[in-house]
Amino acid sequence: MNAVFYISAGVAVLATVMVIVAKNAIHGLLSLLVSLLAVSLIFYVMGAPFIAALEIIIYGGAIMVLFIFVVMLLNLGPAMVDQERQWLPARIWIGPGILALVLVVEMGYVIVRRPNAGISGSVVTPQEVGLALFGLYLLGVELASMLLLVGLVGAYYLGQRRIPPEKGPVAQRGRLP
Amino acid sequence: MLMELWVVPALPLAGFCVLALVGKRLSRWLVAGIGAGSVGLAMVGAIYFSHDFMAFEPTGHLYRESLWTWLNVGGFSPDIGLYLDPLSVVMMLVVTIVGFLIHVYSIQYMAGDEAYSRFFAYMNLFVSSMLILVLADDLLILYLGWEGVGLCSYLLIGFWYQSAANARAAIKAFVVTRVGDTAMAIGLFLLFTQLGTLDIQEVLVRAVRQWPVGSATAIAAAGLLLAGAVGKSAQLPLQVWLPDAMAGPTPVSALIHAATMVTAGVYLIARMHDLFIIAPPVQTAVAVIGAATLVLAGCSAMTQFDIKRVLAYSTISQVGYMFLALGVHAWSAALFHFMTHAFFKSLLFMGAGAVIISMHHEQNMFKMGGLRKQLPFTFWTFLIGACSLASLPLVTSGFYSKGLILWSVWATGHPVLWGAALLGEFITSVYTFRMVFLTFFGEPKGEVSARPGPIILGPLVILAFFSTVAGCVHIPRPLGHFRLFARLVEQALPVPPMQPLPIATEVVFQLLMQGSVLLGVAFAYVLFLRRNDLVAAWTARPAGNALHRFWFSGWGFDWVYTTLLAKPYVWFAHASRDDAFEWIYRGIGAINRGLHEQLSRTQTGLVRWYAVGIVIGAVLLLGLVVFL
Amino acid sequence: MATIPIHYGLLLAALLFVVGLVGVLVRRNILFILMSIEIMLNAAGLAFVVGGARWGRADGQVMVIIILTVAAAEVAVGLALVLRFHGWFKSLDADRASEMRG
Repeated sequence: MNAVFYISAGVAVLATVMVIVAKNAIHGLLSLLVSLLAVSLIFYVMGAPFIAALEIIIYGGAIMVLFIFVVMLLNLGPAMVDQERQWLPARIWIGPGILALVLVVEMGYVIVRRPNAGISGSVVTPQEVGLALFGLYLLGVELASMLLLVGLVGAYYLGQRRIPPEKGPVAQRGRLP
Repeated sequence: MLMELWVVPALPLAGFCVLALVGKRLSRWLVAGIGAGSVGLAMVGAIYFSHDFMAFEPTGHLYRESLWTWLNVGGFSPDIGLYLDPLSVVMMLVVTIVGFLIHVYSIQYMAGDEAYSRFFAYMNLFVSSMLILVLADDLLILYLGWEGVGLCSYLLIGFWYQSAANARAAIKAFVVTRVGDTAMAIGLFLLFTQLGTLDIQEVLVRAVRQWPVGSATAIAAAGLLLAGAVGKSAQLPLQVWLPDAMAGPTPVSALIHAATMVTAGVYLIARMHDLFIIAPPVQTAVAVIGAATLVLAGCSAMTQFDIKRVLAYSTISQVGYMFLALGVHAWSAALFHFMTHAFFKSLLFMGAGAVIISMHHEQNMFKMGGLRKQLPFTFWTFLIGACSLASLPLVTSGFYSKGLILWSVWATGHPVLWGAALLGEFITSVYTFRMVFLTFFGEPKGEVSARPGPIILGPLVILAFFSTVAGCVHIPRPLGHFRLFARLVEQALPVPPMQPLPIATEVVFQLLMQGSVLLGVAFAYVLFLRRNDLVAAWTARPAGNALHRFWFSGWGFDWVYTTLLAKPYVWFAHASRDDAFEWIYRGIGAINRGLHEQLSRTQTGLVRWYAVGIVIGAVLLLGLVVFL
Repeated sequence: MATIPIHYGLLLAALLFVVGLVGVLVRRNILFILMSIEIMLNAAGLAFVVGGARWGRADGQVMVIIILTVAAAEVAVGLALVLRFHGWFKSLDADRASEMRG
């Protein structure tokens, strides 16, 4: 079990790094998918099979498909790869890298300062999750449903094409629709 | 059943709120309907309450309505309440009736104006404030209404604010009345600290109990209140704002600067009569101020060209009569003249307004003339108003009210003041008929561009009716001795200390007064209709010319105030423009500006830049939590 | 049965989070910025699961479900915005949208 965790962790980190350095959007998305699968495996190992399944279905399925659809809709060609190369010179990584390093050191310090403990990986069944979800966290579920509704309305509103893109007045900046 | 009196001031206030909030989106007819309708309903309410008041005769001839307790701190618990007694009944009736007629008149008069809803909003606010003023049972509430009408006066004088002169006139009115209002506020502080209450009736009771007649505190308090009244009512020496206040639309002049607001000072003194009675020097000052004002303003009125300025000076002069009456303890006479004056002076103003719009907004009387034929309706109503102002005998209301004042002045033993008032009568009839002759008689000098419509003429006719018959509520002894008005008012105000003189004396004095009035009319007829050359010859001489200019400028008060007060102040302000304090404040301003510019640079509009900010903040906060 | 130290799980979550953060800060392409945000949300979910697993309770997983809904809503609105953005600016450069600079 441990080996699965370590291997998955390594894959997850590696794949995630590949996402953020990817030049091509589809490549990035595929790496993200790999990362999500690895994280899902970690969930499974930690005794959360339900979440592992949700991770694959929602993240790996629905959300990734959405991303891919958008990439297709935008119809980004090879020009974008060149553009990315131009946008990402080596030096741009320095500042955020240092910031991230400081942050991760701080977080690591916070984590390791606490006493360590083992995770046995005993399974928390979907039944227990469901009971907690619709018992103690019912209000949270309601709020989440509200949020999804807002997201739905917002996406619908933003998605309608009131101004055809070809007429999109890039020249008339300062007057957003 | 006397209840829910608050509806009367609340209705115009509601009209104001509606018009101020959504007035621009309403149609003109709706604006007019709300503006005039709310005042009309208030008038109906006022008539209803007055009828009830007289029919049921509440105990003590007063009715109090406590609305709510404003605050309750350590024994100080001012009630927000209304107070109705015969004095407020008269005020309330006049304010709502005249107010309603002027609102109706304004519907057509202001029809061409862009800011139609703004006009009615201000007018409604004014009526509401005025009703609060006259119905207040607490000096604090009274002061609220007092300042409210001052504010509306300011807003309406400067109604056409695009012209700098109008804005200046508005500021002048506001500042000059502020002098009086400040004095009045100090007077209120004094009353509160000395008597521990501001409830009007309580103040009067405690003042009479606590202060002996002529005590310094009483004199100070009454004097400070008098200063407030003088400022609001445009009496000497604070009368300079009223002629300039004519910059506002004519209905405003009629409502605020003739009929109602300028008489607020009269109301205040009548309301606080007990306080003035225990301060005899102040009482004398009231009478002297009134007498001096009525003569001075009358002289100025004789020299004006602008028809509205004539009426403005005439208003000052007539309010002077009311002050004179107050000064000699003839409370009911003052109130009587207030009522008749409200009718005939608003009639005159509205008639003048009708003339002005018929003449392409020409206000110079010397460019009018001969309008009698062209505007017959306006002419006859105006003439009725003018006769009432000049108090021609028997058929005019001014005859009864001013006759009562003159008789009271004599009968209370003030022959000098009576002489001034008699002179004032003469002057009044001279300038009144000068105005009538110049405007309506003689050769036509300008063309009539538009005839006033029925909505303008209707209120004129109604007011002409009132100007004629309003005098019948009080008929002097020689003519029948009918004292309805005085009996009503004397339920609230003391009876004047008149000597019991024989009726024959009164007849003689009535005849004297009528003699001076008719002499004045004849004088005006000769000078301004028959022998124009006489006036020209007089004013051509250096002495006559100087006197003319002196009177024309309102006895030079403006010049004195400008030279003595305004100019040194402006000089001082200029001199202290660049002192050390200025540097400090400028420095603070500059530092803030610099910091602001630096800060605004961080607003790059770049999302990632903001994300960096969040991360740095998170790192610092986490570092704070972890390492401290 | 061998156990996984909780530190490692949390450190992994922190590492994934920071990698996502670097992505947000470095990339100019808003599509990648959105992906990086997904990574960060996912990392937060991982931390919750680790916490829940430590005590063998369901609460951590409930939190992940809520995070999932947030992520779903966010990505729906976000991607609609991306389409709009591209239609307007003819580019995916986040720095183009700097109309509100001070």
